[in-house]
Amino acid sequence: MLQPPLEPARFWRLSAAGAASFLAIWTLAAVSGITSRDFLPTPWDVVERFGQLLTTPFAGYVLHQHLLSSLQRFAMGFVLAVCVGIPLGLLMAWFPWVDRIVSPAFETVRFIAPIAWVPFAALWFGTGIGGPVLIIFMGAFPPVLINTYRGAKQVDRKYIEASQMLGASAWRSMTEVLLPAAVPSIVAGLRISAGLGWQSLVGAELIVASSGVGYLMVKGQAAISTATVMCGMAAIGFIGLLIDVALRRAQMVIERRRGL
Amino acid sequence: MATAPLSRSLLAHAARAVGALFVVLVLWHLLTAVFGIISPARFATPAEVGLALRQITVEGYSNGRLYEHVARSVLLVTMGFTVAASIGVLLGLAMGASRKVEAFVNPIFLVLRPIPPLAWIPLAIVWLGLGDAAKMMVIFFAAFVPSVINSYTGVRQIDKPIFEAAAMLDIRGWRYWREVLIPGALPSIFTGLRLSLQASWTTLVAAELVGAVAGLGTILNQAAQDIYPAMILVGMLSVALCGWLMTLGLGWIERRVMPWKAL
Repeated sequence: MLQPPLEPARFWRLSAAGAASFLAIWTLAAVSGITSRDFLPTPWDVVERFGQLLTTPFAGYVLHQHLLSSLQRFAMGFVLAVCVGIPLGLLMAWFPWVDRIVSPAFETVRFIAPIAWVPFAALWFGTGIGGPVLIIFMGAFPPVLINTYRGAKQVDRKYIEASQMLGASAWRSMTEVLLPAAVPSIVAGLRISAGLGWQSLVGAELIVASSGVGYLMVKGQAAISTATVMCGMAAIGFIGLLIDVALRRAQMVIERRRGL
Repeated sequence: MATAPLSRSLLAHAARAVGALFVVLVLWHLLTAVFGIISPARFATPAEVGLALRQITVEGYSNGRLYEHVARSVLLVTMGFTVAASIGVLLGLAMGASRKVEAFVNPIFLVLRPIPPLAWIPLAIVWLGLGDAAKMMVIFFAAFVPSVINSYTGVRQIDKPIFEAAAMLDIRGWRYWREVLIPGALPSIFTGLRLSLQASWTTLVAAELVGAVAGLGTILNQAAQDIYPAMILVGMLSVALCGWLMTLGLGWIERRVMPWKAL
């Protein structure tokens, strides 16, 4: 039988025990002297290092400057994916011939992992802004396109027929019938694509970048400073979580308005 | 009766695919080799890709021949994925079945979950160096999280009447897991496994790009350093093809394990 939920007090006690045992094992392993503290820092070493990174520059910048340059690249790649993905998805849903041309190419390219674009990204656009942006784009683009296309394909035939009967042009049908109807599906796609884009960005910055959190982690790795690497991981995880929460809020607001 | 139109439509499909491929090749050849609209330093011509493919299969490139790179990467992913998925699925099922396990593991999981798989690469290199152990660690974390989450939600999505029927029939212990929990959660488990496999493949390639002795990622890395676009393309296509074949393989296993879903 599926167990009923635990009462809150019990739940929190167990959760606290779980967190505590995790931290305890980590601390014990770090202070036991099996390895050096640089190799395996204690939890408070990591917190301390985090404070240091915020005030003293590492790998050229302080932590929030690295974060800012990561976010800037992310925003550019993501916006580019949205600007290409939504119109292309609508065109594919409206004109079958566009669908027939784009689909096979898209299906082929989609199977290439975003990270595999790294060599071409570096060759074509360099390691400043362009290279990483291409990789983010490759990660973020497919979900936008797929969800726009699916959302637009699911529009009730009645509305399309009604708009055509009223003499709507292809442009107006796409922007005033297909697009509004596809919005919930598009927003769901944006959430997936933001997650994938953020992940690809991290990979891109590990290899082709000279600033950003990924770069900070590579430099930390080169300096064999585990604490720095862990700070980078925490920062990446936290920002990724924030992006996801923001988009989930947007999704809920839109779905409530649509009465879904 | 039914087979004739089917095979004919398949044939037409194949013919169209071959035709499209041919058109793409001709266009590609025209753009790069004939008119030079795309500069040869930035993108390879089809002939160059053919030569690069020959070079890597016959002479080898970046410490090995193509099949050696492929074998190494695929073997690593298969091993890492199998280990991570087995532990992950078991943990996810346990979290789904027991509220106590869920409450205990949840805080640790909340910390691990938002960390992208690729972000484990620097830590793995600091701890384990550039060898296979580091790759296994990275693959483990990439594959672990999706398998846990999806097995957990799989158990929680089982219809309530099924649990009630199991309770009424007094099914417990091993039989309860084998006949109620696991079959009920299987569709969701396989969704998780597919995500896990993709994540581990991508992450392995990235880890090999950052640093490795052999593997598909090292082809990309070496070709990028040599500014050798044809070899970059060979590397990318091999990565895509292997990823696709492994996904197909998992789909085949899925159909074997869940014959009732094939309908």
